[in-house]
Amino acid sequence: MSTDAAELVPFMLRRPGAPFPPPEYEEFRTKPGLVKAALPSGETVWLVTRHEEVRAVLTDPRISSNPTHEGFPRPSRTVGAPSADEVPGWFVSLDPPDHNRFRKALIPEFTVRRIRSLRPAVEEIVDRAIDQMLARGDTAELVEDFSLTVPSLVISSLLGVPKVDRDFFEEKTKVLVTLTSTDEERDKASEHLLRYINRLITIKSKRPGDDLISRLLQGGLLTPQELSGVSMLLLIAGHETTANNISLGVVTLLQQKQWIGDERMIEELLRYHSVADLVALRVAIEDVEIGGQLVRAGEGIVPLVAGANHDPEMFERPHEFDPSRSATGHVAFGYGVHQCLGQNLVRLEMDVAYRGLFRRIPTLEVAVPLEELRFKYDGVLFGLHALPVRW
Amino acid sequence: MARISVDTGKCIGSAQCVLAAPDVFDQDDDGFVTVLDSTPSGEAEATARTASGICPAQAITVHD
Repeated sequence: MSTDAAELVPFMLRRPGAPFPPPEYEEFRTKPGLVKAALPSGETVWLVTRHEEVRAVLTDPRISSNPTHEGFPRPSRTVGAPSADEVPGWFVSLDPPDHNRFRKALIPEFTVRRIRSLRPAVEEIVDRAIDQMLARGDTAELVEDFSLTVPSLVISSLLGVPKVDRDFFEEKTKVLVTLTSTDEERDKASEHLLRYINRLITIKSKRPGDDLISRLLQGGLLTPQELSGVSMLLLIAGHETTANNISLGVVTLLQQKQWIGDERMIEELLRYHSVADLVALRVAIEDVEIGGQLVRAGEGIVPLVAGANHDPEMFERPHEFDPSRSATGHVAFGYGVHQCLGQNLVRLEMDVAYRGLFRRIPTLEVAVPLEELRFKYDGVLFGLHALPVRW
Repeated sequence: MARISVDTGKCIGSAQCVLAAPDVFDQDDDGFVTVLDSTPSGEAEATARTASGICPAQAITVHD
């Protein structure tokens, strides 16, 4: 067992023009133990790139998701969640048993049956977004005009945002995830949204509707203040992640059109793109051995889901997009108690989005050479900044 | 034929089992796992093993 690494690698390995996942992950997987990396701040973390060990990290009770623990990775201002002390209801930052109450309250909202019942509403949202694109001409910027619009409207519908307020909601949520927004603009949009959600909670507590906020208020498991944090979390967790998956999927499917309409493509797209590679940050709260590597209490850990999903031990020819394989067992939504609550909603949104786009715009194509596409090498999530399309 | 047991205390309602093995698992109104067929065989047994392998909460055990 080695306790110190001979060399430190830089943490942010994504580079413009380089493939994603970073080719370095392949080299890391062949090394015994884990790889020690330096964050821009100078802090060090352990990188985990093998499927088996990513799952081990995400299920070990000696490894915490709580950013208030000493040593929790803080790569930058935009990477790293607030703690539940800072934002009550921010349950991704809580460990069991504190986490359990939130999960329990929210599970009924995301059951397979509940998500299936949302299909007509998602179809209506997708259809309207396509109507608007078609009405504007024969070109579009798909990220802004479609990929970000759809999940924003789906979440607002889920939360119970009245239709008249959805433009406001969509406009503010877009500011949060748009590259060109300044920090000031983002903070302001976040403040507006929080104020709006708090007002919505007050209204729903007096006049409940058929929506998530009303049911959770009536369920009584969460306080209104916690529900406000939960609503913001659902919004942020379900917006850009879904948008990136939709946009990248369009590019991949347009290159391999034979898979359009094949149900198996969704799981393979999720595995293949692994947009949330850097999302699961952890810290050891006791000494723990992972893959033969001693990780000391207080040391940060970054389980890389794109690394796990491209591990050839788990998926043969991992860098090929091949929906005929079984992508079952991918960890695109994480693993363990924090595995994405909204994953079945994402699957539904992707399915409805592709069905709608390729059925209604059969001549859809990317309007620029693929090498000119601007990928998100600079964000926490992998994706596309823009996707010019025409038909 | 295998015997299936679930630990509902561990279940986090991700519903991966329901998607992988809809003949063996379901969700109750609270979203937690319920077992429809506790002794699946053939294809159902194979899907139950897949479900056990992908359960994020490791709440499903397949007893041989």
